[in-house]
Amino acid sequence: MHSLYSTANSVLSPASPYAQNIAHLFWVTFWISMVILVLVSAFVIFNLIRYRDRERSSELPPQTHGNTIVEITWTTIPFAILVVLFVLTVQSMEAVTPPKHPKTDPVNVDVVAHQWWWEFRYPGSKVVTANELHIPVGKPIDITLTSVDVIHDFWVPELGRKIDAVPAHPNQLVIEADKPGVYLGTCAEYCGAGHAWMRIRVYAQTPADYQTWLAGQAKPHPAPTSAAEAIGMGYFDGKCAECHNITGSGGSKGQDVGPDLTHFGTRDTLGAGVLANTPADLRTWLENPQAVKPGVHMPNLHLSTSQIDALVAYLEAK
Amino acid sequence: MAQKSMGAAPEALSPHEHPFPPLNRGWGWLTWFSTTDHKKIGIMYMVTSLFFFGVGGIEALLIRIQLAAPNAKVLSPQEYDAIFTMHGTTMIFLVVMPIFIGLANYILPLMVGARDVAFPRLNALGYWVFLLGGIVIYLALFTGSLANAGWFSYAPLSESAFTSRPGLDYWAAGLIETGVGTIAAAVNLIVTVVRYRATGMTWRRLPLFVWMMVITSLLILFALTPLNAGLIMLLGDRILHMHFFRANASGGSAILWQHIFWFFGHPEVYIMALPAFGIMSEVVPVFSRKPIFGYTFVAGSGIAIGLLSFGVWVHHMFAVGLGVPMNAAFSATSMLIAVPTGVKIFNWSTTMFQGKLRLDTPLLFAAAMIIQFVIGGITGVMFAVAPIDWQLTDTYFVVAHFHYVLFGGSMFGLWAGIYYWYPKVTGRMMSERLGKWHFWLAVIGFNMTFFVQHILGVMGMARRVYTYPNLPGYGTLNLISTIGAFILGTAVVLFLWNIVWSFRKGKVAGDNPWDAWTLEWATTSPPPEHNFERLPPVRSARPLFDLAHPELADAHAAQPEGNA
Repeated sequence: MHSLYSTANSVLSPASPYAQNIAHLFWVTFWISMVILVLVSAFVIFNLIRYRDRERSSELPPQTHGNTIVEITWTTIPFAILVVLFVLTVQSMEAVTPPKHPKTDPVNVDVVAHQWWWEFRYPGSKVVTANELHIPVGKPIDITLTSVDVIHDFWVPELGRKIDAVPAHPNQLVIEADKPGVYLGTCAEYCGAGHAWMRIRVYAQTPADYQTWLAGQAKPHPAPTSAAEAIGMGYFDGKCAECHNITGSGGSKGQDVGPDLTHFGTRDTLGAGVLANTPADLRTWLENPQAVKPGVHMPNLHLSTSQIDALVAYLEAK
Repeated sequence: MAQKSMGAAPEALSPHEHPFPPLNRGWGWLTWFSTTDHKKIGIMYMVTSLFFFGVGGIEALLIRIQLAAPNAKVLSPQEYDAIFTMHGTTMIFLVVMPIFIGLANYILPLMVGARDVAFPRLNALGYWVFLLGGIVIYLALFTGSLANAGWFSYAPLSESAFTSRPGLDYWAAGLIETGVGTIAAAVNLIVTVVRYRATGMTWRRLPLFVWMMVITSLLILFALTPLNAGLIMLLGDRILHMHFFRANASGGSAILWQHIFWFFGHPEVYIMALPAFGIMSEVVPVFSRKPIFGYTFVAGSGIAIGLLSFGVWVHHMFAVGLGVPMNAAFSATSMLIAVPTGVKIFNWSTTMFQGKLRLDTPLLFAAAMIIQFVIGGITGVMFAVAPIDWQLTDTYFVVAHFHYVLFGGSMFGLWAGIYYWYPKVTGRMMSERLGKWHFWLAVIGFNMTFFVQHILGVMGMARRVYTYPNLPGYGTLNLISTIGAFILGTAVVLFLWNIVWSFRKGKVAGDNPWDAWTLEWATTSPPPEHNFERLPPVRSARPLFDLAHPELADAHAAQPEGNA
């Protein structure tokens, strides 16, 4: 569990040109702000110490009413600073919002937000996966983002800006990863009971590794090779396929009420990050999803131990 | 003209000639229910708000207990969601707004030398409707549910398809009522200032707290009305199956709700900040023994803030995906509003310069307010920089930012005002000893709670999560924040105890314990029901200063002689 979340996911450890651009702007703004904060604080504290009147003398200090030159100065200087900041802002906005189809052969991914999981569809290869997004490094990834229910927000701080997933209002987002690794993200717009466990993992891979992954995912789910797996597939088709899809299972109808579970065994997490994807954790989940991720739309199916064993065998097959 | 006789002349304001003579005579404590006295209504507003402050504070501590460690299970997500929703709703609508309105209700008529507010019965109605709204919001508890879609209840999450339980209906209905009460109070304050100022009190001699309350009241009129319209539409969606905000259903739009809500929501920030600015502009000069530096600029910057506050709402929606041109335009306006806000900061701190500072509790809170408000202000500018907002909005950085503005700024300013005016209201001083404990624990607790939240936001922690995985640093920083919250809670308990203790045991204050200069100090503490036996002449913004120091009188200084 801990190892799933051992990496930083800070705005200030950017791993893409876009996140880098914003981090830079953050530091520029930060240092301007610090100068202002230090000057004002120092002035206030200086006044408190220097002009403190312990004796409470009835003698009055000079009754200064104001000074127009001073007022104009401290109106125009901040204004000038903000004009500069605004220019930097617009430059950065343009830089991190590239046109929809960059010239360099983009990878397109359709991201569909659900309460409380992410559906990732690769239109080029018909691959559909959930919560764990695989991308090749060094290429802009063109994301089209929508939601099927409430407003969510796709955010992987090291790879780029966040943007809302709004029903009936598709948004475009470009992310990129400079080097291979796992980048953590999360839903950033409050979306109901499961908001905390609507996490994102982005696996940035070398182009070769990415192609291997994509080719593997494009195949059907492994056919049962044992009695347990065959029984598990039977349960899946009879019950789980009402909401979930497994390409190759026979009973699946392409449902996406719940996450697509094709090649589920290749994923690191389940429940959008709430547990590690191990047979033991999957068993815990199937015993009662509500106890693991309260509010999740998957009900407690009251499965027997043997049903759970069979389902775990089938789902985790690689 | 007949109305002219009700005008600004103080002699027209004697109890016998007032259009609405007081109704409350000789019914003991029952007079609190029938009173139309602005002072009693003000006290009821403030006591009610302090009660809700306790409720909202307990909710805050529950939030911090749940977040003290990763993967905690003290609260279920459903409970946590209701508690953070009610914390925000309570603090904004049932604490900060009404406590400032209550304070203004009490102090503002005194400051302008009036007998009462313009419409005393409407004033009483406003209070009772506000109270009803607050009760209705919490009445939802009896249905077994509370509102749980966040204080800005974004559609479509707030639609019945996704939040079917009735708590949200009570929330919307209650807010409509508090909104009506608040609008009534705003009308009253505006008309009182426009028509019932003492003779000689031109707009350029108006106390700055009064100036800021007039601007606040105008913001209330133009911001609370669209909110109420939006809430009625939301209730229409939820109860009558309309579809204003239902996406995918014949023209409904989820984003429309956000536009309506934030068109209210950003002026709302200034509705909660401008009264504190007004208090600062009274307290800092009095305890520096100098007039406010740049009176005209302090008043004028308030007007500028009020106008600009209606043109910045989309900066709450930079993550929605409205496109670069829209975001750029609202980046510009949002940055612009920092200029008049900065002017105020500079004027307060320069007022202290070369003064003879009396470091009593009100000035301590005011000084801390300046520094903490600057921190909230510069993070505000960071959010005006749209790309930074695209990273940091909806994270703990936002939570830190607005608590620096609303707690570090508004609440500290309010505390300065309560210590300052408590003697006028009760006739007794608040304990300075308890006050200093309150102050230092509040400064330590507040900054400990919220400063680390900036770091958590930068480290990728989203807001409104009922728990979080054990990411590096998250547990430690959240624990620090929780410990800070309990220190802050202790400070609040001391503050409430100070109010109760000083009411019985505080030093007797006299008319003008702080040697202050505005008209409320020209009467007894507490003032008689009709407020003033007689009013001093008003020839400047500091009439009592002119009386005490005729040789230095402001009226003789280079003070522009404006007219009303």
